Amino acid sequence: MARSGTAEATRQTAAVSQKIPVTLTVNGTRVELVIAPWTTLLDALRDRLDLTGTKKGCDHGQCGACTVLVDGRRINSCLTLAVMKQGAEVTTVEGLAANGALHPLQQAFIDHDAFQCGYCTSGQICSAAGLIAEGKARTADEIRELMSGNICRCGAYPNIVAAIQQAMERS
Amino acid sequence: MTPFHYSRASDVADAISQIAADPAAKFIAGGTNLIDLMKYDVEHPARLIDISRLPLKNIEETLDGGLLIGALVPNSDLAYHPLIEHRYPLLASAILAGASQQLRNMASTGGNLVQRTRCFYFYDAVTPCNKRQPGSGCSAISGINRINAILGTSEACIATHPSDMCVALAALEAKVHVAGPAGARAIAFSDFHRLPGDTPERDTNLASDEIITAIEIPPKGFSANYSYLKIRDRLSYAFALISVAAALELEGDTIKEARLALGGVAHKPWRDPAAEAALRGQHVGESAFAKAADLLLQGARGYGHNSFKIGLARRAILRTLSQAARGTPQSQSVKKIR
Repeated sequence: MARSGTAEATRQTAAVSQKIPVTLTVNGTRVELVIAPWTTLLDALRDRLDLTGTKKGCDHGQCGACTVLVDGRRINSCLTLAVMKQGAEVTTVEGLAANGALHPLQQAFIDHDAFQCGYCTSGQICSAAGLIAEGKARTADEIRELMSGNICRCGAYPNIVAAIQQAMERS
Repeated sequence: MTPFHYSRASDVADAISQIAADPAAKFIAGGTNLIDLMKYDVEHPARLIDISRLPLKNIEETLDGGLLIGALVPNSDLAYHPLIEHRYPLLASAILAGASQQLRNMASTGGNLVQRTRCFYFYDAVTPCNKRQPGSGCSAISGINRINAILGTSEACIATHPSDMCVALAALEAKVHVAGPAGARAIAFSDFHRLPGDTPERDTNLASDEIITAIEIPPKGFSANYSYLKIRDRLSYAFALISVAAALELEGDTIKEARLALGGVAHKPWRDPAAEAALRGQHVGESAFAKAADLLLQGARGYGHNSFKIGLARRAILRTLSQAARGTPQSQSVKKIR
């Protein structure tokens, strides 16, 4: 009803075949892609760069499973067009560990058993890395509020908060 | 998502000439609402003009002691800016009551103003909706309307404006600076968003070839006596059923000036000069607050599922005004309402 007819959609698709070159630095490595402008950063990471640690949950910015850091800030990669991030530095969960050692948040999530199925975990950990960098959360209430963009359907929230508190104390 | 062309704007003049040349184009900045709507097939622009690199990211003091906020300042940067935290804590509080930190990191100040309603039927592209497809009818009036409006509605549309930030900007009497082919102009905040009337497809009075460049807030920040209270179905990361921005200027127990705006109840942040006038010169206390609440809610109408909002709004107004008068604003991290 809201859509124009299929014929028009096809015509538009035919007219819009432009692919655009994009350069990103992903986990410290410079990558060059040529992509359609409607490719989300999430799809570019997963389908083009095989970085499948970043998860597609709702694909609408409601669950936080796709959280990555862009230029150090946590964002929803599902609502981000990759072409708009030309020149940006992207950090995914694959880029957090350094020199073979787990990131303090990764270790804390293990120490506190802060997951069950694990599907939200990479988004939780990237989001928590952004939270710690922001420096706005001190109390458990503040951690809960500023992590509310990351849903855990298994309900591991108390252990997630404890894990983040441990990592905060050690950072 | 329907395929589209993509281009970047090199400066504000280029952005205006690009949008004026292509009526099927849209600007994209943070993209948090537009990309979502494109995925739901509600929006299908033929071209996206990327304005995210334009130099509209500064927060500057104005000569009269107010602030000029660039349209591309991210919501999170605005909420945590020292001048906003100290002089306009009502605005900081309202921003932090909305969305998630990831979305606030992405979303722009200007984009927040032009986000679309979250009415279930607007988002569901296979149901009638006058806002999405003019003339098709309103599914919400006789449908699941728990989240819909109780004030300023029309037979054509009972959608609400979803922003928290805008409720505070309305209370602070902000101005919206815009630029277009005919030049620049400033729009009073109360004139920026529209009531649905019989043209619910138009959310704002921004012309299709205009761009928001800045938001100006006047010197008065009400930093001593304010509160932003948001009532919703879960404690965080949900849109308001009711929200209240209250700001008072007190002299002892007497109200010298008052601002009161509601979110979640109408197609725009809801203010009524009569309600604020009724508070001026009164002593703080329930009788003055109740009179203001009744004036602000005059003409409120429920549509079944959302009828509870009328009583809830009244109680929320009383609570928010008393929080403001006590100087104990609602915390956005400890959710207990006192």
